[in-house]
Amino acid sequence: MSWFKRTKQSLRKTPKKTVPDGLWRKCDYCSEILYAKELEKKLWTCSKCGYHFLISTEQYIDIICDSGSFQEMHRGLRSGDPLGFKDLKRYGDRLKEYSKKTGKEEAVVTGFAKIGGRDVVLAVLDFSFMGGSMGSVVGEKVSRVIEDATEHRRPLIIVSRSGGARMQESIFSLMQMAKTSAMLAKMSDERVPYISILTNPTTGGVTASFASLGDVIIAEPKALIGFAGPRVIQQTIRQDLPEGFQRSEFLLEHGMIDMVVPRGNLRRTLEQLLEFLAAGLASTAAEAMKDEEQSPAVS
Amino acid sequence: MDDRNRTGNPGTPSRQYLDFEKPIFDLEAKIAELKQVASVQNISVDEEVQRLNEKAKKLRHEIYSKLTAWQQVQLARHPMRPYTLDYIKEMSSEFVELHGDRAFADDPAVVGGFLMVDDKRVMVIGHQKGRNTKENLYRNFGMPHPEGYRKALRLMKLAEKFRIPVVTLIDTPGAYPGIGAEERGQFEAIARNLREMSRLMVPILSIVIGEGGSGGALALGVGDRILMLEHAIYSVISPEGCAAILWKDQEKVKDAAEALKLTSKHLQDLGIIDRVISEPGGGAHRDPKAMAAELRRIIYEELNYLAHLDPETLIERRRKKYQAIGFYKEDSP
Repeated sequence: MSWFKRTKQSLRKTPKKTVPDGLWRKCDYCSEILYAKELEKKLWTCSKCGYHFLISTEQYIDIICDSGSFQEMHRGLRSGDPLGFKDLKRYGDRLKEYSKKTGKEEAVVTGFAKIGGRDVVLAVLDFSFMGGSMGSVVGEKVSRVIEDATEHRRPLIIVSRSGGARMQESIFSLMQMAKTSAMLAKMSDERVPYISILTNPTTGGVTASFASLGDVIIAEPKALIGFAGPRVIQQTIRQDLPEGFQRSEFLLEHGMIDMVVPRGNLRRTLEQLLEFLAAGLASTAAEAMKDEEQSPAVS
Repeated sequence: MDDRNRTGNPGTPSRQYLDFEKPIFDLEAKIAELKQVASVQNISVDEEVQRLNEKAKKLRHEIYSKLTAWQQVQLARHPMRPYTLDYIKEMSSEFVELHGDRAFADDPAVVGGFLMVDDKRVMVIGHQKGRNTKENLYRNFGMPHPEGYRKALRLMKLAEKFRIPVVTLIDTPGAYPGIGAEERGQFEAIARNLREMSRLMVPILSIVIGEGGSGGALALGVGDRILMLEHAIYSVISPEGCAAILWKDQEKVKDAAEALKLTSKHLQDLGIIDRVISEPGGGAHRDPKAMAAELRRIIYEELNYLAHLDPETLIERRRKKYQAIGFYKEDSP
């Protein structure tokens, strides 16, 4: 294939044209240049196309929870590198780098919070930490909040953004899919509600486990949501993908999610849903069943 | 594909072997030739044949006792390796195949139905690959669409209703990444299977017989016991995918295969696989009948054991089994 090779000179690199930090941001979707202050006011959504920017875990918590109500739980869990994995870098080193860069211990933050004065249990995946990927720690922390929700009989809300299962823990990451789903089965049997919020992007082993098992599933506008990533699909079928493929609106159209909700309406929507889902939560499932039996039978 | 070679004369079923299998095949061919010459010329070569047979046995042992992870991957994908329906046919003449997800289609990449294993009624469900191009197009190379997983779940629920234990045979490169598969909710189908399998009220025995390709494999794999054939593999991503993403170089498949710890031995050491089933010398494809007989014996034995557990205990144990999987450090508070 040597006739394809560029023999004389390599591509010249021109300095990348970037928008100065802080003042202006370019929309990832429609390329509109947006004034940062305005963007913040709009909860980091594009005023032209409505695209929702990827935001930090703290920003997300601020947007959906009652101010100052979040109380972090299950800190201090770190990956143990079960396989001694090394690609171009050691997994252990990667973890340290991400930890330093993001100030996070792992790719999920969990805790108790209030939404509209109602107690909830919350998990927010953090895309900045290894693409929000799920290894043992994410699986364990998500399982623990599912247990918390079940035990305290509080609604569970999980905000997902993740590239999927983490390759560096291979079989352990894969099994976290079974683990979180099994924990959700029990919670569901106990009739504790679960609202899953899918944000940009949520793919792979996270969509194929807890993220798509919500009693109600909400997606942010234009979020990329799917099992296989678009590039993998394109390489497999060798065709162009249809416009809007695997975006929230596409999923809504195909019946995979309940609704597409812009960030600005998210808290209000959650309050509304919790009003219906959390009403019967005070009593245990067993008591609820008894109540039903004791109420006069309608024929 | 580069590593695969074809032998055999036109008109006879072609035998395929892997690079590292070649010395064994050469020796076996030599033995066969010698025998033929002897029978034509009516001379005795028993002694020589016996010597060569001994040598072949030693050679097989030598090669197969120190396979690299990548060689294991090649064996797990061996074009002659028995697939789900091969095992089903060998294990029992009593098989009633059931079809369809009752929603959209029947997915030929997943097969399932009632199977009589000696005196036990079983619901067997497995991925199905094709043996040649035509079959592979039909079976989609064993890569299911959502309908395959929904059919599997329908059959599991059917088994639950009639208190029949479930045996799943896992052998897939992965769930199919295509437009239709995404439109019809590939992720939803997999997630639902994970959740529903975790609370199915009958025993589930999961056996990785070939390729355990990520979520597409796990969607049939949430068993009370997870077994694996000696030369099967199981990982979160294929070595090819892993090499492309982490090494940014598709040539690094051998490194990726090592790093993923995807062999039965590794996975048993890591505590994920409950039991490894030995294969005949040279792999299951060298003696499918013996492999199927061993598989049947082990399925029978395992189901006998699981039959003693009442449904509540079974589900509790199953959930705890998966809840306990994870490897992390925790700071003491």
